[in-house]
Amino acid sequence: MIAQTNGEKVFGVINTLLMLLLCFVTLYPFLYVLFASLSDAASFIQHRGILLRPLGFNFEAYKAVFKNPMITSGYRNTLFYVAAGTAINLFMTALGAYVLSRRNLYFKNLMMFAIVLTMVFSGGLIPTYILVGKLGMMNTPWALLIPGAISTFNLIIMRTAFQGVPVSLEESAKIDGAGEMTILFRIVIPLSMPVIAVMILWYAVGHWNSYFPALVYLRDRTMYPLQLVLREILIANSTDSMSTGVAADDKYAIGETIKYATIIVSTLPIICLYPFLQKYFVKGVLIGAIKE
Amino acid sequence: MWQVTDKKLMKKRPLRSRTDLTTGQTIRKDLRRNWIIYLMALPVIAYYLIFHYGPMYGLLIAFKDYSPAQGIWGSPWVGFKHFDSFFNGIYFWRLIRNTVLINFYDLLFGFPAAILLALLLNEIRKMAFKRFVQTISYLPHFISIVVVAGMMFDFLSRDGLINQLLGFIAVDPIDFLKEAGWFRFIFVSSGIWQGIGWGSIIYLASIANIDPTLYEAAKIDGASRWRQTFHITIPGIMPTIVIMLILNMGHMLSVGSEKVLLLYNPLTYETADVISTYVYRKGILEASYSFTAAVGLFNSVISLILIVSANAISKRVSENKLW
Repeated sequence: MIAQTNGEKVFGVINTLLMLLLCFVTLYPFLYVLFASLSDAASFIQHRGILLRPLGFNFEAYKAVFKNPMITSGYRNTLFYVAAGTAINLFMTALGAYVLSRRNLYFKNLMMFAIVLTMVFSGGLIPTYILVGKLGMMNTPWALLIPGAISTFNLIIMRTAFQGVPVSLEESAKIDGAGEMTILFRIVIPLSMPVIAVMILWYAVGHWNSYFPALVYLRDRTMYPLQLVLREILIANSTDSMSTGVAADDKYAIGETIKYATIIVSTLPIICLYPFLQKYFVKGVLIGAIKE
Repeated sequence: MWQVTDKKLMKKRPLRSRTDLTTGQTIRKDLRRNWIIYLMALPVIAYYLIFHYGPMYGLLIAFKDYSPAQGIWGSPWVGFKHFDSFFNGIYFWRLIRNTVLINFYDLLFGFPAAILLALLLNEIRKMAFKRFVQTISYLPHFISIVVVAGMMFDFLSRDGLINQLLGFIAVDPIDFLKEAGWFRFIFVSSGIWQGIGWGSIIYLASIANIDPTLYEAAKIDGASRWRQTFHITIPGIMPTIVIMLILNMGHMLSVGSEKVLLLYNPLTYETADVISTYVYRKGILEASYSFTAAVGLFNSVISLILIVSANAISKRVSENKLW
């Protein structure tokens, strides 16, 4: 390597410090929440300023969180929405991408145009809301699964990937008597596994994190996904229902730590999976970028 | 003319259109050959017709007084009444101002921040450290907005962490989320916190695609890192920057409702209420369907105009375009 000038050395040090600062600013809120959730409720309330370790160590707040029936049912519902929603998303997106990746369809350009048009113009929230009502999906899980069945952006990414599958493979499969479905499921999808993995992750994380459709379409609290329950606890500040059975003076104190424990419980799956999945997420962005 | 069209057809369908077929015959032949593919397309076509073109048809209610009993087609026409009452309503300018300003601040600070991060990451020589920083900086992108808003509520509350820290330097507690003056700052800066890492990926990819021989040549000519950045890296990622800028311009009049809905309250409506949250409150909570459909249609049309013109302008002044 060519020797660095003094200016470059100084810049290198400053740059490293800046990046460490960025990491700290990004991570510290999560660490604070983690430390607070493990802290002893009474001493946490007394404490001012940043936390560098839990004050005391106990799982009282977590016990309270798991005793809350809304959290457990929210968890269950969210797992269902993630699994069913992602399955529907994948099936529909793969079908659409396969059709649009065929070379000799008379109506292909028309379909492509009609689909891309929806990216720049849409009917908006209210007409969609009325439509969902008319279809009888209001207050049913279907309202969270069907209206968003295909993300057009993902469809186009997957189509680009499918187009990359060598034609010769498909041709020879056809000669061997394979139908279109066989070609899709036995050749095109297995050869596009990296993209499929990205799609699974994006759709699944999207379902895990989404709250707005549930807020709009669901009335029945037993169907609420975790994020909507979280919204009530974190934003509407209603930990009272959770700390029943705790002595009155401790109620406020434990209410605080319960909030932190709730955040950890609902975010942990993503944070634990994240380091392993990160490279796929990034890969997806790049596939999307190449298309442009 | 005739020959040109014919050539186009020949090029696309070299095996089949050797003889002159009428359009009808071509279509019939295509349907016969590809019927399985069209069958596979059916659910997808149905999905787009129902859930994307259905709502577009539903936009008709913006020109009607919609009542569920009479249905979309049966409700009486009222022309531009709802647009009139929106444009002349007391909230019109407030909504436009709030929506545009949030986007403007994001464009001013958030947009360059991601580019800057990409440039700084690019200067890190130790690959392991670079990957470490990247991994951490992407993380907040995957955290749900409810959790992010929940943490903000907690840190920014009257006795929250931020006010505790401010207390050490003798600043009186501020109720950040209840003061309209703080909303835009909080909204945009938390957006940067959550999105800067993820936003930098596309620029990093773009940097990686720059021809390395350019740097070699610059080094031989004695160009410093600083000059390399200004004369090679930044020009190299310019097309990406322009494309991202076009996309951003197209969104100038849309701020998603999800985050604002969590963070705002009647005390901060003055700076926080944007078009989408107004549509949610008026439409979903108060059931003025026709009026809010008109508001939504106005919003969609302006966004369409914005993105088409941004694309056209960019095409004229540079070679970069979305389509």
